[in-house]
Amino acid sequence: MTAAAAISLTVNGERVEAHVLPRLNLADFLREHLKLTGTHVGCEHGVCGACTVRVGGEIVRSCLMLAVQADGAVVETIEGLSDSGEIADLQAAFRDRNALQCGFCTPGMLMAAQDLLRENRTPAREEIREHLSGNYCRCTGYHAIIDAVETTARARMELKA
Amino acid sequence: MKAAAFAYTRATSVDNALELLAVHGERARVLSGGQSLIPAMNLRLVAPEMVVDIGALAELRGIAIRGDTLLIGAATRHADLLTSSDIATCVPLLAAAAAHIAHPAIRNRGTVGGSLAQADPASELPACMLALGATIVVRGPGGERRIAAEDFFTGIYETQLAAQDLLVAIELPIAGKGSAHFFQEFARRHGDYAITGLAAQAVLDGAAFADLRLGYFAVGDKPVLAKAAARLTGVTMTSSVLAEAGDALSRELDPHEDQEATPAMRRHLAKVLLARCVASLLNRPDLHTGGQA
Repeated sequence: MTAAAAISLTVNGERVEAHVLPRLNLADFLREHLKLTGTHVGCEHGVCGACTVRVGGEIVRSCLMLAVQADGAVVETIEGLSDSGEIADLQAAFRDRNALQCGFCTPGMLMAAQDLLRENRTPAREEIREHLSGNYCRCTGYHAIIDAVETTARARMELKA
Repeated sequence: MKAAAFAYTRATSVDNALELLAVHGERARVLSGGQSLIPAMNLRLVAPEMVVDIGALAELRGIAIRGDTLLIGAATRHADLLTSSDIATCVPLLAAAAAHIAHPAIRNRGTVGGSLAQADPASELPACMLALGATIVVRGPGGERRIAAEDFFTGIYETQLAAQDLLVAIELPIAGKGSAHFFQEFARRHGDYAITGLAAQAVLDGAAFADLRLGYFAVGDKPVLAKAAARLTGVTMTSSVLAEAGDALSRELDPHEDQEATPAMRRHLAKVLLARCVASLLNRPDLHTGGQA
């Protein structure tokens, strides 16, 4: 019964059918089976946040979810958010503010930051810090990331006004 | 690291899950949100032969009021505690605590029942259940059992759950008039496991406590309902009453040592939390003159 199971899910708007072993986590499924390597694998036990993706519209750790659990789910990765243009302004703000150096944490940071900006359009810096507290960055010291998220929030509000 | 190979079954109902657990027993593990089990499997700390997934069972997820009791399904997510209006009005302590459970991405998957069944002594919800006087509803081969939270937790990752049992729900008395709560923890970083924490539920009678339940966590091998609270109820609160209760608390607690803190540091932090709790609930800033942390 450790045999592969059939799963069917939607990834970045496309229907995906696959046979996967139960032990395969969602992050490895996305990277190795679908070649969506924007989702990074860091700690593999839920601490670093590099593997953050959206499942059913909510951010989750893809290293702490089995691919078989994603059967029937709607999954969105950094490739999906990037290609649709949903976070183009956030990505530009990260670049402008040097909010990334090596870039390993960036996909997870962008997923978590966009999650915050969708539910809270005017977050205080402390709220930004709290929402990103589950995402490690070993390069920037975080301040530039907070700046970029804050700048994006302000720009989006001005766009609406 | 990656998890070892295992067989996986998605339970179709609670009855089906119980049948699977009856067959596989110790060789099986229940998967709910997976935010504790999967890291443990990835680190090869556990390697079950069979994983029984109850995460998709709608009958286990939800929050409902039944008379003077609030019922929380075991597979209710931590994130649900933060957004539920029933939690906010009936047991606001749980919403305060949930904000400290890990990070948003983990709260979206992790479940209330999973946290209680895991019984990590540093986690928030077990201590909340002690403070709230919760009843843990368990189903097993012999039918349903209802276990008081004070009896449920027996040690590090140890509870009254047997291998064939499934934690299905939590019953909580709805906070009545004069109820107040306090939640605070010390952690190195927001969302990390606490070094020491306190979940408190009180009933106020004017300027005094008619009732006070202090649920401490990360102070030993299981959450502690501090007996020192009895010294603070039904009395006129003074700094000496508080100091005596703090000393009694220090004697009562038997904290562990780890890389985060010594037993003496944990005792100190527990006393600081006690002072902050009493000062906050009774609106007596003058009482919070003791240790800083």
